[in-house]
Amino acid sequence: MKVIPSRLSTIFSALLFALIITPSLAQDAEASGDPVAGKQLFNQNCAACHALNRKMTGPALANVEQRLYEDEGLDKEWLYTWIKNSAGMISAGDDYANRIYNEYNKAAMTAFPTLSNADIDNILAYTAAPPPAAPVAATAIQAVAVSDGNSSTNDLVLAVLSFVLIVLIAMLYLVNKTLRQIATANGIEIQERAKRTPIWKAFVQNQFLVFVSVIVLLLASAYFAYAYMMQIGIDQGYAPVQPIHYSHKIHAGDNKIECTYCHSSARVSKHSGIPALNVCMNCHKSIYEYKGNPEGPSAEDLANGYTNEFYTAEIKKLYKAVGWDEETQSYTGESQPVEWVRIHNLPDFVYFNHAQHYSVAGVECQTCHGPVEEMEIMYQHAPLTMGWCINCHRETNVQLTTNPYYEKIHEELSQKYGVKELTAAQMGGLECGKCHY
Amino acid sequence: MASHKNYWKSEAELSEKDQVVAQLKQNEFAETLPVNDFLEDESTLKASDTSRRDFLKYVGFSTAAVTLAACEGPVRKSIPYVIQPDQIVPGIANYYATTISDGYDFASILVKTREGRPIKIENNDRASLFGGANARVQASVLNLYDKYRLQGPLAAGSDVSWDALDTAVIARLNALSASGQKAVILSGTNASPSYKALIASLQESYPAVEHLAYDAISSSAALDAFEQMYGERALADYDFSKADLIVSFDADFLGDWQGGSYAKSYVANRVPKQGQMSHHVQLESNMTLTGANADKRLPMTSAEIKRALAALYRALEGESITDSDTSISGHVQAMAQKLVAAGSKSVVVCGLDDVNAQLLTLAINNMLQSEAFDSNAPRYLRSASHQSIQNLIAQMNKGEIGALFIDKVNPVYSLPNGVEFAEAMQKVGFTVCSSFALNETAELASFVAANSHYLESWADTTPKKGYYTITQPTIRNLFDTRQFEECLMKWSGIEGSYHDFIQENWRTNVLQGASWNKAVQDGLFQTEISARSRQTAIASEFLAAAQRQLASASSAGLELVLYAKTGMGDGQMANNPWLQEFPDPISRASWDNYLTISKADAESYGLQNENVANGGLDGSYVKLTVGGVTLDRVPVFIQPGQAKGTVGLALGYGRKVGLQPEMQTGVNAYKLYLESSKVQEVTIEKQSGMHEFACVQLHKTLMGRGDIIKETTLEDFISKPASEWNEVPVVSLDHQEVPANTVDLWESFDRSVGHHFNLSIDLNACTGCGACVIACHAENNVPVVGKKEIRVSRDMHWLRIDRYYSSEESFAADDEKKDNFNGLFGENGSLGGFGTLEDPSANPQVAFQPVMCQHCNHAPCETVCPVAATSHSRQGHNHMAYNRCIGTRYCANNCPYKVRRFNWFRYNQNDEFDFHMNNDLGRMVLNPDVNVRSRGVMEKCSFCIQRTQKSILDAKAEGRAVKDAEFQTACSAACDTGALVFGDVNDKESEVAKLKESERMYHLLEHVGTQPNVFYHVKVRNTEKA
Repeated sequence: MKVIPSRLSTIFSALLFALIITPSLAQDAEASGDPVAGKQLFNQNCAACHALNRKMTGPALANVEQRLYEDEGLDKEWLYTWIKNSAGMISAGDDYANRIYNEYNKAAMTAFPTLSNADIDNILAYTAAPPPAAPVAATAIQAVAVSDGNSSTNDLVLAVLSFVLIVLIAMLYLVNKTLRQIATANGIEIQERAKRTPIWKAFVQNQFLVFVSVIVLLLASAYFAYAYMMQIGIDQGYAPVQPIHYSHKIHAGDNKIECTYCHSSARVSKHSGIPALNVCMNCHKSIYEYKGNPEGPSAEDLANGYTNEFYTAEIKKLYKAVGWDEETQSYTGESQPVEWVRIHNLPDFVYFNHAQHYSVAGVECQTCHGPVEEMEIMYQHAPLTMGWCINCHRETNVQLTTNPYYEKIHEELSQKYGVKELTAAQMGGLECGKCHY
Repeated sequence: MASHKNYWKSEAELSEKDQVVAQLKQNEFAETLPVNDFLEDESTLKASDTSRRDFLKYVGFSTAAVTLAACEGPVRKSIPYVIQPDQIVPGIANYYATTISDGYDFASILVKTREGRPIKIENNDRASLFGGANARVQASVLNLYDKYRLQGPLAAGSDVSWDALDTAVIARLNALSASGQKAVILSGTNASPSYKALIASLQESYPAVEHLAYDAISSSAALDAFEQMYGERALADYDFSKADLIVSFDADFLGDWQGGSYAKSYVANRVPKQGQMSHHVQLESNMTLTGANADKRLPMTSAEIKRALAALYRALEGESITDSDTSISGHVQAMAQKLVAAGSKSVVVCGLDDVNAQLLTLAINNMLQSEAFDSNAPRYLRSASHQSIQNLIAQMNKGEIGALFIDKVNPVYSLPNGVEFAEAMQKVGFTVCSSFALNETAELASFVAANSHYLESWADTTPKKGYYTITQPTIRNLFDTRQFEECLMKWSGIEGSYHDFIQENWRTNVLQGASWNKAVQDGLFQTEISARSRQTAIASEFLAAAQRQLASASSAGLELVLYAKTGMGDGQMANNPWLQEFPDPISRASWDNYLTISKADAESYGLQNENVANGGLDGSYVKLTVGGVTLDRVPVFIQPGQAKGTVGLALGYGRKVGLQPEMQTGVNAYKLYLESSKVQEVTIEKQSGMHEFACVQLHKTLMGRGDIIKETTLEDFISKPASEWNEVPVVSLDHQEVPANTVDLWESFDRSVGHHFNLSIDLNACTGCGACVIACHAENNVPVVGKKEIRVSRDMHWLRIDRYYSSEESFAADDEKKDNFNGLFGENGSLGGFGTLEDPSANPQVAFQPVMCQHCNHAPCETVCPVAATSHSRQGHNHMAYNRCIGTRYCANNCPYKVRRFNWFRYNQNDEFDFHMNNDLGRMVLNPDVNVRSRGVMEKCSFCIQRTQKSILDAKAEGRAVKDAEFQTACSAACDTGALVFGDVNDKESEVAKLKESERMYHLLEHVGTQPNVFYHVKVRNTEKA
């Protein structure tokens, strides 16, 4: 069944490719630029401040060449100079240069003296030929229809099977009834079975058995009660609903952002730190909408409601919290701090230091936090119990050779224990006071 | 030998009949469980119709309910910054150099901030001009989070806007020029160049403005004398490290004297090096910190001290001494000889509130050519004349003053005639009081300009000629407050912030092209000063007249000597629970001031101190009368070493306005501070009833085990082998006496690997100042328990400074007596033996000993814990896992050093203990790296494991070995005299490893075999100037 959407997507991507290629071939003749190369250049150099159809830090750039020529009477030469040295033009007193500079909050545009005229041509070619909107929606509808059909087939099979079973039961009853009637008609007596002590009575009468089973029952319930009690306060799998639906899967998984890009204090501090909203805005100033993967959202995402529109709405929540006005591309100063629900809660009496584990010991974040890059909704992966901590301290070897701090102690300890490698436990990592003070 | 000396902590111990003392020696916990307290009295119990069955039902139900409620964890929110400041990383502390100069205390400090909150004061080694932070400065960070502080300006007691206040002030100032009245700014001594510049610019706009300084505790006499001698209103500075002989006439220069303690330079020459240490003679009435540290202490009345000083001047002039009192002339004769012999290596200091005495002191130091005496670069930390405020009151009464601005000081409380000042304030009609919290004066002012804390303010100070310090804010104003300087700027129409003003002023007048940023970073800037000749402007006839006047001093009756307590100072930090609970180094009493009296005088007046069964101390009440002013119901504390014919009383207590009810302790001694003279003639009269003290001197006793303090004389120290004056105790092994440190019940672990932490405590260097106690409080979130709990010996201080008295001046006599002792009681009993001494408490020797968890390698506490909550680490720490502790208290019972503290209650978020841990503001001072303990667990000193772990982690992260000075505990970092040194003894280059090799090193109770990781250094007394 699943063959269909994937085949469809192949067709669509082929189509998409064709669509991109076709206009670019058409444009080639008139703009003498290569929009494919232009797109790459645009993404590298311009996309941080410009979008095609939307004001950002700088103005929207779709058809900029044509627009400038028509509205302001400025030619390509003006653009060349501007892109290579905008500040020079502003100070030289160019009218439009100053107007645009003031319009955009006097945000100076980076000078690109390294771009050649040909490069700029390519970029302009790209801006003149906006790519076609990806036909994602159509795929989505298809996919939904198909998956619907799938589940109804299963229901049908089940319905048929249960019908057959009911018919069989009814037949058995009827046969039995008919046989009895025949027997009565033929005068054959149906023997009643001798009355025996019911099994429960026998059980109650056997005191030994009662005693043993009571013990077994008690032990079993104690076992389960203990198991239940022991997981009180252990919130493994805790995945609360957060005020902003933040997907680690998209950030750390799809886009491969380093964990410590956002959780930067994990490198130096005991706290990994929830990033301040200004860290989000480093990227989200320019990433104002979610475009999804080129193949469109998967059926599973759609079932959960994770559409592009959904994610874009979450980005808007961020803008609201941080007080970012998309229209003017500036901060309003009205912010509402986000109240995240804390997932990993160590008790107060435990001292845990991220820097010690991440920077010094080189432990991967995933060792304790699980496959974060696959988590659409963040959850607590590890039990975070003392037993779990200690186990790791017992099994993990300390990286002694690369850190000069350990030189002396390594020498002395390896002599003492007669081993090359030392675990955290052998280094004193099991002592109470190392974590409890 | 030294270790056989008899030490006692309380007067009560000297009486063999005292059953309570004997009982206290035997009981770890002074009381049995206070079951009756919470069960009410028996009759109520009997009348109750709650049956046992009902009781069990309630217990069962509530247990089940609580259990069910506990199954669901709470939802915790985590709120990050919207825009995170660059310099703040959550979990990492920032340090800022700043200065406290509040008119009483001065210190260059480092402020530790976490997530933007100041949480701890540390010493600033780059600017340690006046030594480190004392106990009050250490505690000042808690004042920032005082819930009683003002949160905005007030007009007639209700909230007002700053704009309204400014408009009213400017209107009034403008109106003054028409009415011909003056405006006066009254502040404490503020040695700030920018403050002065600011007032000058205000005077440009309003010429009728005058500035007046007023010090609650005055140094007026010393200032007057220095001014007469050198033509500059300042105070001579001293460097005691250059003195081999120190003679102090009632100057408490280790306590609060002329704007700060000289402990750092004093101790520099008190630790014997190459057989050399200074000799210190102290003549005083009260038992002060300085007297307690002296080699020879002469208890005298003030009149006698004055006569002695006069006689000394005469003797040094080469004339004969003519004092009628032969004991004085004998002492003075000997003193003069020693002074002449020591020459420029000697110094004389004087704390008498008498211009003549101060003049003679300056003259004597000049005569001796004293190197320790510095008139060239004097101190500017006090400037007020005690007369000027009285003149102000007269002017106010005459209607000459049209507006009064009061900056921080509280004269209605701290003037003996505060009532008059209050009445005069009403006549002025327009008073603005810039105050941190409400106080007696602010309450009466027309406007209260809520002042910022010094940790929220900019300021600069010239504590000493050629030295400039900077105060920089470490946190934004928590509330709608404004420092007074900013008010002045507003009123004189200066734009910008006070920071800009200081910076501008420094650029033009101070820095001489040096970097402002560097000055702010260091907290100190130093300039060259030109030398001044030692020639005095005073004729010798004038000095001779002063001498004659001084020599005729006499006292008719009982002398009252007012003093400032180490914990309270002048009283401006009275709302600080850390300071209230801080046990006085001498009396070991907290939450009170009291009349100190000698035993002989107490007996003649029929006054008593007695210990009651729960370990608390009770004292009689007296009525004090000084020049028609009376103080009612002043509790009496019998103080060994108090000069006969004198009584002492601490200033700074008895404040009521703007203070939490719990902090309204003691009586206001300022009412008796007539003419700003600390010595007054007094009559006392016994009153009925007994006062309940919170005195810890008999708590946590070491149960009569000996060898706690070891001391020797400098002579013996030089001439005899260490085995004689630092004897290793012997124990019996196989019926043979062997040194205790060779016998071991346990197998030892290998401690040579990794770090092994040790703490060295030098009894010679410890002056008992108590800065470490407060530093420990702040670092380790030690709770405040309140007076009632302290009284029943439930104080939570992880670090205590024991104060021991010993009765004999020379050890030889002690020894002889001790040798003849046979058992505890009877004719030759050691307890009864005290009775044969003439009067042991008349002039005892004092020794201070900081005691904290000794982190024994063979810890008795660890073996008795049924749940292994306390255990040992390879690094030498004795760990305490609070969450594991079930509160059996076995460990405390088994600890020979009595250093474990039990949480009898939950001290945080509990209305019964309404101190800083019970409100959101106060909790901001808590150290986030240290757990706040709950009820029912044992706690104790952790060797600041959070700090050592931090140092280790820093080294690991940077990939290097730990540097020696990096390892610090809160107490060792707070100790500016070097009495406490912490470090890794496995690092053979470290200071502590070298100290451990010292001949003076010994362990407490070595014969018990606990092998502590804290070691002490034998106290060496320079009893006879060698």
